[in-house]
Amino acid sequence: MKRDLILAVRRMSDVLTTLFFFIIVVSLFPLGIGPEVEILRMIAPGVVWVAAILASMLALGRLFEGDYRDGTLEQMLLAPQPLSVLVLGKVLAHWAVSGLPLVLMAPLLGLQFGMTAEGLGVLLVSLVLGTPAISLIGAVGAALTLGVRGGGVLVSLLVLPLYIPVLIFGAGAVEASVTGLGAEAHLSLLGAILALALCFAPWATAAALRISLD
Amino acid sequence: MLEAVDLAAVRGDRRLFAGLGFSLLEGELLHVHGVNGSGKTTLLRMLCGLVVPEEGRILWEGKDIRSEREAYLRNLVYLGHLGALKGDLTGVENLRITETLAGEAVTEDQAMAALQDVGLHGHEDLPVRVLSQGQRRRVALARLALSQAGLWILDEPFTALDKASVAALRARLENHLKQGGMVILTTHQEIDIDTALVKQVALG
Amino acid sequence: MAFAGINWFKYSSPATFYPLAGKMMPWFAGLAAVLTVIGLYMSFFVAPTDYKQGEAYRIMFIHVPAAWMSMFIYVVMAVYAAMGLIFNTRLSAMMASSLAPTGALFTFLALWTGALWGKPMWGTWWVWDARLTTELILLFLYIGFMSLEAAIDDPRRATRASGLLAIVGVVNVPIIYFSVEWWNTLHQGASISLDKAPSMATIMLASMLVMTLAFWMYTIAMVLYRVRCEILERERHSEWVVALMEERK
Repeated sequence: MKRDLILAVRRMSDVLTTLFFFIIVVSLFPLGIGPEVEILRMIAPGVVWVAAILASMLALGRLFEGDYRDGTLEQMLLAPQPLSVLVLGKVLAHWAVSGLPLVLMAPLLGLQFGMTAEGLGVLLVSLVLGTPAISLIGAVGAALTLGVRGGGVLVSLLVLPLYIPVLIFGAGAVEASVTGLGAEAHLSLLGAILALALCFAPWATAAALRISLD
Repeated sequence: MLEAVDLAAVRGDRRLFAGLGFSLLEGELLHVHGVNGSGKTTLLRMLCGLVVPEEGRILWEGKDIRSEREAYLRNLVYLGHLGALKGDLTGVENLRITETLAGEAVTEDQAMAALQDVGLHGHEDLPVRVLSQGQRRRVALARLALSQAGLWILDEPFTALDKASVAALRARLENHLKQGGMVILTTHQEIDIDTALVKQVALG
Repeated sequence: MAFAGINWFKYSSPATFYPLAGKMMPWFAGLAAVLTVIGLYMSFFVAPTDYKQGEAYRIMFIHVPAAWMSMFIYVVMAVYAAMGLIFNTRLSAMMASSLAPTGALFTFLALWTGALWGKPMWGTWWVWDARLTTELILLFLYIGFMSLEAAIDDPRRATRASGLLAIVGVVNVPIIYFSVEWWNTLHQGASISLDKAPSMATIMLASMLVMTLAFWMYTIAMVLYRVRCEILERERHSEWVVALMEERK
């Protein structure tokens, strides 16, 4: 995991591309829809969430691809430690460089859309809970499509359906708090998804990697 | 002792080999021959446990390597076609990372010494991507000096090496075998190691 | 103890299953045809007109069984995939990939008939309601399963990778099933349950069950047909397939 962080720092541009992609996608919406504050405020949570999911999917390709090409992945499979633990470390490092910047940038974008302070807070919490789950689930897809032709498109087809619950509860939490219903229910469901993903996704990813390297 | 019983491999539609068996004792070297595409790399990866055999079993000290995964892997070094080197990191960093993955802690000094051992003096602090093909190969081979593992599985270890490095690697292999280690390798060259028993397996 | 006398694993070998499947297939296909005719007749001519929904409700006789099948086939597919991964049996992996197209077909049918029904009832073809959305996800899962299998060149890796995907995707099935209860949405809950008296007339229930049975038979027949093709294709180098081809000539 430490190694992945070091590598990411030496390849800062990759991190920044993901972040800028996120910002640009979000900024396109006001241009497409028009500058009415009321509408923008209404769609803001959904827009930020969809953009976050697209951006993290863009980064997904890099999760195992480099290690697969230079043979490090083989050595990971041959390590005596359980593979799922190594996978978990890798995914968390991946999240720290691709997911965390998005989370930190999101409130700023929310402000552009005229969101209230309370809405921003809930947005932040929902992203903190939701984006790691997205990285974990995405890792399964990335592992399955390693080295497959057209893998980039295929991975979206595989993982987007699995992202939908996260999206529904993530955007739903913000919406619920804006309309005054309280976001606790949505947020606790998001937390449950994250907990489930933490338990099962590394294991499934490890199994997928073994299959892909066979 | 490493034993292979009745191994078979299939790639796509093709049956690469079937009914393959051998046993390897301490201090023995197994030389895998075969033309390109005859399944040498598949066999080596199978012996590491990366490829699931279509048929047959691989036994380490009498037990299946899949049930004894951790103990087996602790005793194994595999060097494939790909060096598992990160271009952005230096040789020392690369070595320390792969050794950490293999479950052995290596200090910076030890890694430095191992690199000097393979004749990369003065190149230790360069990012690996600026090194030549042969130099990169030598960084990967430096792992052999650090590892405590008894079983070495090497896929084409002599490619891209210059004469002096080939001789050095041969000396290292001889030394390892003399100390009771085991080596399995593929190569197109003749290897003349007379201090140990060399077994041959021909594929294809 | 007669059970123990039969070697059940014998039937999991493609070579013995191939002729067996060939013998069973016409029977299931015939049953499917007969039951479909009976079921459709009961649905459209025998069952009374619903006093609230009028004639349009009759589409339910196709919609509900199709939706059931879409979820059920996915679970069966995942179980076969799991068996294929754990026991390394070739036949179960082939069964899983043979089930996928039929499952996708029923998912599509459920969505389509749902839209046909929704137009007169809700006044719209499509609403973003929880059950519709999750059923749509199910369709994507089927498509993902099939395209992953198609994209990987090595057949062994392809079945194992898509099998793992099927198992991961199975979490979606309970979400679809309970979505109506978890979210209070437009889609109505099930009218059939085991513990209380059904809220629909017996004749309606009977026709729906006949339709379900018909879909069942259709699925089995299709899967047997497809798995036979699959067996021939994957085992085309094995001795028994070569011998079979010689015989045909």
